[in-house]
Amino acid sequence: MKYTLTVNGASRIVDVAPDTPLLWVLRDHLELTGTKFGCGIGQCGACTVHLSGVPARACMTPVSTVGRMKVTTIEGLAPAPGKLHPLQQAWTELDVAQCGYCQPGQLMTAAALLRDNPKPTDEDIDGAMAGNLCRCGTYTRIRQGIKRAAELTAGGKGVAQ
Amino acid sequence: MSTTTTPRAVNRREFLKLTGLAGGGLALAFQIRPARGGSAPAGGDFRPNAFVRVAPSGAVTIVSKQPEMGQGVKTSLPMIIAEQLEVPWSSVNIEQGDFDEKLYGGQSAGGSRSTPNNYDQFHLLGATVRTMLVEAAARTWKVPASECRAVDGTVVHGSGKKLGYGALAATAATLEVPAKEAVRLKEPKDFKLLGRRIAQVDTPRIVTGQPLFGLDLQLPGMRHAVYEKCPAFGGKVVSANLDFVKTLPGVKDAFILEGNGKVKELNPGIAIIADSTWAAFSARRQLKVTWDEGKVAEESWDKFVAEARAKAASPGQRTLRRDGEVEQALASAAKKVSAEYLYPFISHANLEPQNTTAHFRDGRLEVWSPTQVPAAGVGMVTRVLNIPADKITVHLTRAGGGFGRRIGADYLVEAAAIAQRVPAPVKLTWSREDDLRHDQYRPGGLHFLQGGLDAQGRVTAWKNHFFTFGEGGQPGSGGSLSPDEFPGRWIPNFLAEQTMFDTGWPMGPWRAPGSCVFSWVFHSFIDELAHAAGRDPLAFRLELLGTRDEMPAGGGGGGKGKQGGGYSVARMRNILKFTAEKAGWGKKKFARGSGAGIAFHFSHQGYFAQVAEVTVSKEGQLRVDRFVTGGDVGRQIVNLSGAENQVEGSVVDGLGALLTQELNIERGRVVQGNFHEYPLIRITEAPARIETHFLSTDHPTTGIGEPAIPPVAPAVCNAIFAATGNRVRQMPLSRVDLRWT
Repeated sequence: MKYTLTVNGASRIVDVAPDTPLLWVLRDHLELTGTKFGCGIGQCGACTVHLSGVPARACMTPVSTVGRMKVTTIEGLAPAPGKLHPLQQAWTELDVAQCGYCQPGQLMTAAALLRDNPKPTDEDIDGAMAGNLCRCGTYTRIRQGIKRAAELTAGGKGVAQ
Repeated sequence: MSTTTTPRAVNRREFLKLTGLAGGGLALAFQIRPARGGSAPAGGDFRPNAFVRVAPSGAVTIVSKQPEMGQGVKTSLPMIIAEQLEVPWSSVNIEQGDFDEKLYGGQSAGGSRSTPNNYDQFHLLGATVRTMLVEAAARTWKVPASECRAVDGTVVHGSGKKLGYGALAATAATLEVPAKEAVRLKEPKDFKLLGRRIAQVDTPRIVTGQPLFGLDLQLPGMRHAVYEKCPAFGGKVVSANLDFVKTLPGVKDAFILEGNGKVKELNPGIAIIADSTWAAFSARRQLKVTWDEGKVAEESWDKFVAEARAKAASPGQRTLRRDGEVEQALASAAKKVSAEYLYPFISHANLEPQNTTAHFRDGRLEVWSPTQVPAAGVGMVTRVLNIPADKITVHLTRAGGGFGRRIGADYLVEAAAIAQRVPAPVKLTWSREDDLRHDQYRPGGLHFLQGGLDAQGRVTAWKNHFFTFGEGGQPGSGGSLSPDEFPGRWIPNFLAEQTMFDTGWPMGPWRAPGSCVFSWVFHSFIDELAHAAGRDPLAFRLELLGTRDEMPAGGGGGGKGKQGGGYSVARMRNILKFTAEKAGWGKKKFARGSGAGIAFHFSHQGYFAQVAEVTVSKEGQLRVDRFVTGGDVGRQIVNLSGAENQVEGSVVDGLGALLTQELNIERGRVVQGNFHEYPLIRITEAPARIETHFLSTDHPTTGIGEPAIPPVAPAVCNAIFAATGNRVRQMPLSRVDLRWT
């Protein structure tokens, strides 16, 4: 089946089986490998993308259900080429990652949190991020990173222009 | 100022000792001195050795040889070279080297050895290149080299003349590489980079989702493979509906591999080759296989536990250590404490499932693999598939977590065996279920402990009947208790016995193998003894460590042990006091339901102590409020951010394993298949605060990927006892009732 998807603002046509999860369409057919495979059953969050702004598990989203929803992946998180999203900047400043495999999913979930809640508390962060596993255990830095990104977004101290 | 006057030459004996460890018997870890600095350099680059290139533009490239799995070596080890090279970190480009131990020396990442095995050589290597660039400037200006010094990627002369490294590259390339006696190392007081917090070099690619990991690899014409193995370990294929599977959409081929009869090497199974990952996954759901499960199907965890309990009071199969007269000492003890400790098998659960891409053509094999030990993969492929080592190329991809799992090469040899049958590059992707059910597990175990105290509350007797699991007559990795493991050697009447269950279950190193579980059992039981004696747990431990500064290896009845051998008691005492001080041990008043616990451990050449502060609700819900670590890994922290990150991760990892991780092995197979059945720690369970403190001591710099984990679980369990009076003697905590009234 042919599907026309809007991925990171571009129109992309793929020819795949209807039950193909968006995850594998992105990874195998569109060569957008930033969205990761971790469990295949929506438990780890490594495959988190945005569907029209809402975080979704790409491994549990058959391509046939995407329709006109706009797909945003980690490759499309930054506002413009050569620029970083405040979360990406904060992750770099605080050296959040260890292996880094889960971080695209963490960033996509965190981006939706910050958009809806520009000044989250630890409790807000834990609530929003509970679906994203980090096997290396970078959770305390993820909390700090989200708070730092909130600060950057608000134009706080040390914000690079 | 960059150069210094005192050469801190690497002692040759120490050097050879280190490199012997690194290179597995190679006399030199790597070639610092090729015949000539720049023999016909490509594009005018200065390439004094395999690790450093200086382009005429001034761009400096450093090759990272070690596998990177999140432990940060791709950043920290090149930092050492950049420091001595005296080049700004922002101008350095880091490249991942392929597997080539003749060129680079040892390339194994495991045992927290990447730093100690390479630390001194990398200093020398960077300093050697800097010396050549200074010499090139001196010749250009016709002045003595002693009047020149290197500063931030340039060489300057007392007169004010200045040339960038790029401008000096062509001249430097004509120079002989100096002997190490002629090379002066920067001293720690002049370090600009080491000890600072530096973000990992792959961060820009990680946060923007660029391809990095094994699974991210795409090659033209590449096919996708899955490999179905018998649910029971090592089972053989009797028959499968291959003809039907081959008709399914996108499927290019399906075939049986026999395996080589070793459960940690090439297992028997069915490969399905398809034009996409999803086509392969989908076809696999329609695969029907008849298996010959073999004898392993008679082995279940519960049966072994029952057998251990039945045999606990009988003598063990082996005596690991015997000092003094333990039975007599127990009989005459003023107080006696007995306890059973139990921990299950657990999985590594790397978030990136095992995978490898392989391309076999014209008798040559090219492999892209997230491996910790590429040499093991090459060795296994050579042995199992008869492909000579010189016809195998291995590219090291970033690994989505290691934790010891990728020391195994089973997935690599699978991909290679499949590639031999596929006329294109092929990527093997394991499902999460494959990963959990075909891991090389951290073995479970049981300890039946008895301790005796005298009237003054000192430990006089310690008896342990340890039940472990083996493969082929030897305990699995992490299932082997050294006779020297603390508190062996510290207690006058000491007996450690072992009974082993030989199984067909695959076991392998899990981050700080052995240390994690032994530290949990022994520091929990020491805590029981401290409370039985009515003593403060810190004071009790300091008294147990005693006043001597060194504890020699060996002694006792069990021969020499490698864990804990050559234990510096002075370093342990110091780090224990240091950590207690940082945590404010004994100074805080806790309400009922809250409390602090302490533990320490020596492993992987690192001395670590930890204090946990926890709160347990009346309903038994645990929260770790604060976790303090003190670590002594010698003189120099290389990358402070990376080191802190390793410790923070260790705390979360140690806590995660304690909280929920447990595999049931029934009839020779793992019951759990995915994260809904094998939950990993989530952000909601992570400590509210993690504090990390390093104590610099005058000892060689050592690694930090492992030694911070072992005391985590006992510190938390000891805090739970302080908070609630509930003693945790079983992992995971999800099986333990922590409620209190």
